[in-house]
Amino acid sequence: MHRHGFGIYPSLFYDLPRLANTMLNYSLKQLSTLLAAKKISSVELTGEFLGRIKVLNPNYNAFITVDEKMSFAQAHVADAMIASGQAHPLTGIPIAQKDIFCTKGWLTTCGSKMLSNFISPYDASVIERFNAAGAVNIGKTNMDEFAMGSSNETSFYGPVKNPWDITAVPGGSSGGSACAVAARMAPAATGTDTGGSIRQPAALCGVSGIKPTYGLVSRYGMIAFASSLDQGGPIAKSAEDLALMLNVMVGFDTRDSTSLQRETEDYARNLAKPLQGLRIGLPKEYFVEGMSADVARAVEAAIVEYRGLGAEMVEVSLPNTKLSIPVYYVLAPAEASSNLSRFDGARYGYRAPEYTNLNDMYQKSRAQGFGAEVKRRILIGTYVLSHGYYDAYYIQAQKLRRLIAQDFAEAFAQCDIIMGPTTPTVAFDLGEKNSNPVQMYLSDTYTIATNLAGLPGMSIPVGFGDNNRPVGLHIVGNYFAEAQMLNVAHQYQQVTDWHIRMPHKLTA
Amino acid sequence: MSLSLDDIKRVANLACIEVSEAEAIAMMAQLSGIFGLIEQMQAVDTSTIEPMSHAQDVVQRLRDDAVTESDQRELFQSIAPKTEAGLYLVPKVIE
Amino acid sequence: MQWETVIGLEVHTQLSTRSKIFSGAPTAFGAAPNSQACAVDIALPGVLPVLNRGAVERAIRFGLAVGAKINSPSIFARKNYFYPDLPKGYQISQYELPVVAGGSVKIRVGRDENAYEKTICLTRAHLEEDAGKSLHEDFHGLTGIDLNRAGTPLLEIVSEPDMRSSAEAVAFAKTLHSLVRWIDICDGNMQEGSFRCDANVSVRPLGLDKLGTRCEIKNLNSFRFLEKAIDYEAKRQIEILEDGGVIRQETRLYDSDKDETRTMRSKEDAQDYRYFPDPDLLPLEISEAWINRVKAMLPELPEAKRSHYMTIYSLSAYDAGVLAATREMADYFENTVKLLPASAKLCANWIMGEVNGRLHRESADIAQCPISSAQLAGLLLRISDGTISGKTAKDVFDAMWRSEYGSDADIIIKAKNLKQISDVGEIEKLIDNILAAQPQQVADYRNGKEKAFNSLVGQAMKATKGKANPVQVNELLKKKLTE
Repeated sequence: MHRHGFGIYPSLFYDLPRLANTMLNYSLKQLSTLLAAKKISSVELTGEFLGRIKVLNPNYNAFITVDEKMSFAQAHVADAMIASGQAHPLTGIPIAQKDIFCTKGWLTTCGSKMLSNFISPYDASVIERFNAAGAVNIGKTNMDEFAMGSSNETSFYGPVKNPWDITAVPGGSSGGSACAVAARMAPAATGTDTGGSIRQPAALCGVSGIKPTYGLVSRYGMIAFASSLDQGGPIAKSAEDLALMLNVMVGFDTRDSTSLQRETEDYARNLAKPLQGLRIGLPKEYFVEGMSADVARAVEAAIVEYRGLGAEMVEVSLPNTKLSIPVYYVLAPAEASSNLSRFDGARYGYRAPEYTNLNDMYQKSRAQGFGAEVKRRILIGTYVLSHGYYDAYYIQAQKLRRLIAQDFAEAFAQCDIIMGPTTPTVAFDLGEKNSNPVQMYLSDTYTIATNLAGLPGMSIPVGFGDNNRPVGLHIVGNYFAEAQMLNVAHQYQQVTDWHIRMPHKLTA
Repeated sequence: MSLSLDDIKRVANLACIEVSEAEAIAMMAQLSGIFGLIEQMQAVDTSTIEPMSHAQDVVQRLRDDAVTESDQRELFQSIAPKTEAGLYLVPKVIE
Repeated sequence: MQWETVIGLEVHTQLSTRSKIFSGAPTAFGAAPNSQACAVDIALPGVLPVLNRGAVERAIRFGLAVGAKINSPSIFARKNYFYPDLPKGYQISQYELPVVAGGSVKIRVGRDENAYEKTICLTRAHLEEDAGKSLHEDFHGLTGIDLNRAGTPLLEIVSEPDMRSSAEAVAFAKTLHSLVRWIDICDGNMQEGSFRCDANVSVRPLGLDKLGTRCEIKNLNSFRFLEKAIDYEAKRQIEILEDGGVIRQETRLYDSDKDETRTMRSKEDAQDYRYFPDPDLLPLEISEAWINRVKAMLPELPEAKRSHYMTIYSLSAYDAGVLAATREMADYFENTVKLLPASAKLCANWIMGEVNGRLHRESADIAQCPISSAQLAGLLLRISDGTISGKTAKDVFDAMWRSEYGSDADIIIKAKNLKQISDVGEIEKLIDNILAAQPQQVADYRNGKEKAFNSLVGQAMKATKGKANPVQVNELLKKKLTE
């Protein structure tokens, strides 16, 4: 391997020489300042993180693809940008990209055997935006196959492990990205969230993640799972870092019909605002059942902290939110069953080695190329759209989707922000829910409703529960309230240190 | 609600996914469980509610009628399983 | 028993946009395989559709031309099925809420005394994307897929089952074909597949209201095939019913080599298309202002032109129909008449006779006519002012067509010395000579033999090589003989 900067890659990160402990926790802004001051080059920084990936990834499996040559090439470009005074806040900073974003010249698998040979011939809009900002792609992160899963165990490339406990799942589907940030293999990462796929792994890995309002981040080049719910967003250590990431990721894109045309905003602009008078809505339905005691403790402690910051608590009600899971498991599979029809072995991707005719090629390529969970969802989706079932399932689900969205509209008439737990429990053990899809689906119980409504949602670490596994606080804002949500999270992170705690016993 | 083995096979065929008998049986049990969850939807009277297809209440944006794409066949076909003379090759289509 | 055939048509018209309906790839016909298939058209993972304004505008134009309702919003839906020429595994189409609803088209069936008019109602017209092409030529037993056509915008026009014979179906298809070219939304090139028909055919005992079971015949790419396929299919169905059989609802394919239809797939194998609103596309809203702008730019429609020609130029319904068949033809006619406002009937006769006949023989259309409307008017002017006779004019026309001495009638008349002799003195002198040379025929005529008169006229024309003005020759001869 090409080595730059700090040459030794120790087995445990607290042994890292020089900047190690401090730099691993540096914010994006701090890294940017170091780069601008030429205290470190992008090539050196990239080398440092690539080194960490090399040491840690064999055990944590956060990355599907690491390509040092391509990363260093981008780092050189970034250094030139910095030298010529054309640096953007993220120029030269290594960013891990979820393997759902098509990245030109990179293997882009979406965690599937179906795309295990797919070198993308084009860049997703999100990737283009990072490239334009001069960020360095440090690697493509592991994920549940086609983003279908809540534990990262459906990946064709094997499960990702939780940096806080190698026997626990990291959550999913953006488990690789959450793990990479938590284990400090990357300063920040991208994710996508269809039912909680940014927030749930962020919560389970003790990092911060935000799913913006539907339509803010372009879906062009982001391999579709459920088009009307999918939304890209960042995973990082802090709200402040999320704001800088959003500044790059959000933007109108003519190639996505659902992309919203809005004035550019600086998501960091409100970070410092005091929270005096903030009305925080606590949905009564979230605090009665389902939540485990350890999660409840941490969430309640966070609420106490918010009271201390001047916020007032308001009880709100989201009566239809309990229907989110059934509604989601109709709508998302329905859209997915159609979105995944293009994977037929004809033009790219996996084609079965043996077949007898065209239909057999389709049937076998898809049977062999897709994993069990993807097949399950395709079959559910095909069923609910099929003749005679459409009204009872698909249309009924769309009607309930409206009721769920209306619940939020009513709640936001009484409060500025809604809070609750991100997940009902801390990270479960690898293999624990593998055989029971329904149990697995229930782990997204708090996050799904925001996707159905199209609202922004985020998760920040607020402590630890059983087995010292992290707990996430779910913050839901009204449409386009990202700057406010980041402010709410940032103020908390100014008075607490959960977000800079690092897993201290990483296995290398 | 429980699904029959025939349901599974019909749907798998529509979705063009080959399933063995054993897979179909396993799938039937799992899907029936999931549909048990889904059936909770039927308890709600939604007769007066409009279906919601999109998260945002916005209308379709239109593109000007202009050619913006150039030929990238070589790049696109470099990742194709089988091509010849610029065509994607698949087993014979029988009408 | 007497049977009635009931026909409804579904017509796929390729819209004449520069780029595809959901991508920026070009739509030109005949490019190298897959060279016009961009990332969206080959359905790479992650790509998304964005709707082409030009396609929507053409649909609006059509809707206005047939007096239909323009739906706003209208919704795009996915029609799911697997086929190698359908890269996404679904076709983006419209299902509930198509862009155009209702409307009607007036057709004229037959000619002469048996001709009649009929109004055919339209159910809807919706926007959708075309599929690619499967090439079955030998690629070692494999099929080659060319996706250049994938994503070309189509307007699928669906009629009510209002037609009762293959002649009516053909008249309807031709009227639509003429209309879509007239309003410039489709080039109408049937060889290239720009205008394709499917026919739904059923039969029922005459007088019965209830429709029989229908069969859909796919891919009828010429008016002749449309006619023959319907005739064959109606006969097939009648024979089955008369033998006590039942018609199975199915999709059939017309085989033009054998002139028969055969089963493609039965209703039982009918696909479950799982239509649902495309989540990648939002509701299409068409403002009243947009509709009004399109309306303002719509040309006078063929139907209006026809009645206009009938009242202003006193043309027959048939003549008016021929001259208003295409916009180019109507323009040609109107530009000719503009220069000869008093001779509309002469212009009509010449365009329908000489011009059309000649174009037809050369399989050309009016746009390729070597004689411009102004040049034709120049020729017809010389008939009406007596410079040449109608007969001579045909020779001049021939010379103009072949561009002998160019295409200017006057130059040809001069070069070939075809000017009619209309000088009274000259003709009188000529007649005097003939009468003097033919005393017997003069006597015969005076004894009541009419034939003798014709012979004398003939001699006068012969002596002038046909250039004498025949009207004057007749008049002067009669005058001399009765003196």
